[in-house]
Amino acid sequence: MLTDGPLIPRNRALHPLPHDPEYKTSVTRSPHLPLVSMDSTASEETGPRFGHGQIGALDNNLILNWTRGVAPAIGERIVLHGRVLDENGRAVPQTLVEIWQANAGGRYRHARDGYLAPLDPNFGGAGRTLTDEAGRYQFLTIRPGAYPWPNRGNDWRPMHIHISIFGHSFGQRLITQMYFEGDPLIAHCPIAATVKGRAQLDRLVAPLDLAASKPLDYLAYKFDIVLRGRRQSLFENKPEGM
Amino acid sequence: MVQKLDTLPETASQTAGPYVHIGLMPSYTGNGQIFDLEIGQGPIADGARGEIIEITGSVHDGTGWAMRDALIESWQPDAQGRFAGQDGADPAVSGFCRFAADATSGEFRLRTVKPGPVALRDGRLQAPHISLWIVSRGINIGLQTRIYFEDEDNSTDPLLARIEQRPRADTLIAQKTAAGRYRFDIRLQGAGETVFLDI
Ligand SMILES: [Fe+3]
Repeated sequence: MLTDGPLIPRNRALHPLPHDPEYKTSVTRSPHLPLVSMDSTASEETGPRFGHGQIGALDNNLILNWTRGVAPAIGERIVLHGRVLDENGRAVPQTLVEIWQANAGGRYRHARDGYLAPLDPNFGGAGRTLTDEAGRYQFLTIRPGAYPWPNRGNDWRPMHIHISIFGHSFGQRLITQMYFEGDPLIAHCPIAATVKGRAQLDRLVAPLDLAASKPLDYLAYKFDIVLRGRRQSLFENKPEGM
Repeated sequence: MVQKLDTLPETASQTAGPYVHIGLMPSYTGNGQIFDLEIGQGPIADGARGEIIEITGSVHDGTGWAMRDALIESWQPDAQGRFAGQDGADPAVSGFCRFAADATSGEFRLRTVKPGPVALRDGRLQAPHISLWIVSRGINIGLQTRIYFEDEDNSTDPLLARIEQRPRADTLIAQKTAAGRYRFDIRLQGAGETVFLDI
């Protein structure tokens, strides 16, 4: 019988290098010494689980959740949807997906964001949901604006949504960003460029999904997420030496 | 050419950026009204069994600066070494917490129950520890590490034993400052660089 073994070790080549001089803040915030590797243990294979009782009905509706349904946020209405899978291609059900983003003008509702674009009084910029039995999730939101940031002389973030995913193991924990198909700023962004493999960067770009769009209401973008999987083993339960 | 594997590549990490609190700790930035219930506000509820402890520290960048924008998640078992959801686990221990460096001082604080030891698959015991995951702007992929405790027997812990240089292993051990109080500083690079894990 197949059992879930340790987590599949991370292929670090699929991820950004911690130290990337083009993204200046990473220079002093990246470990220099090698990571210590070991097979995962219960500390990494278990993880917090969240239930529907913790999630409100409007939590995945960023157009309405800040005003509790009173007034809609300004911007181009979009649905962001997709599936959470593991490396073995299995759906990850009942897992928490959290997102945060700038408003339609490119401004975050955060004390440290002093960008010229105004706050939208009807937009908070955060949402969360649990995946269903097939690992699917969806959010209704507005398309975030691009915004400038202090790095090199004239750096702009492409339109993006930050996404945080739990999976079922603390060792699967992941934060990433999704970009929008066709955004010319992706090719100029040093943060997007921390991902060195072209195929891996392409996987962070959500395609326009006209079939999932609703006429006269919203456009849809599809973004699938792959978390670490567990090694499948025939032998995990056999005693030492067998 | 060869046959195609049916495994999928893990989605690439990206930095959590400077505004991560909006998404993960909305009340930190004054946006607490957005959700009825914020997730990860504490790893224990009233009545948790075991020794209640408080760990304080800072996350320092390569210049020694205590980062004001670091956000940390912790995951741990109860005082018996059982994780939430496992048979017999203490119902007052969720084991999960989110906490952030203070915007003025850069200090973080974790109030929790001291975890029990957890066994490996082969039965060997790990010394009591709390798993951490650290994100912020400039961190391109979340950093995993662990807090061990100087007043526990760490001599046979399998992870600590893998670290050849003794002073490096010490970066994972919280120092006791008073009864029930510990100090744990995290250094991202340079002198005293914390051991980060790939587990
Ligand atoms: Fe951003």
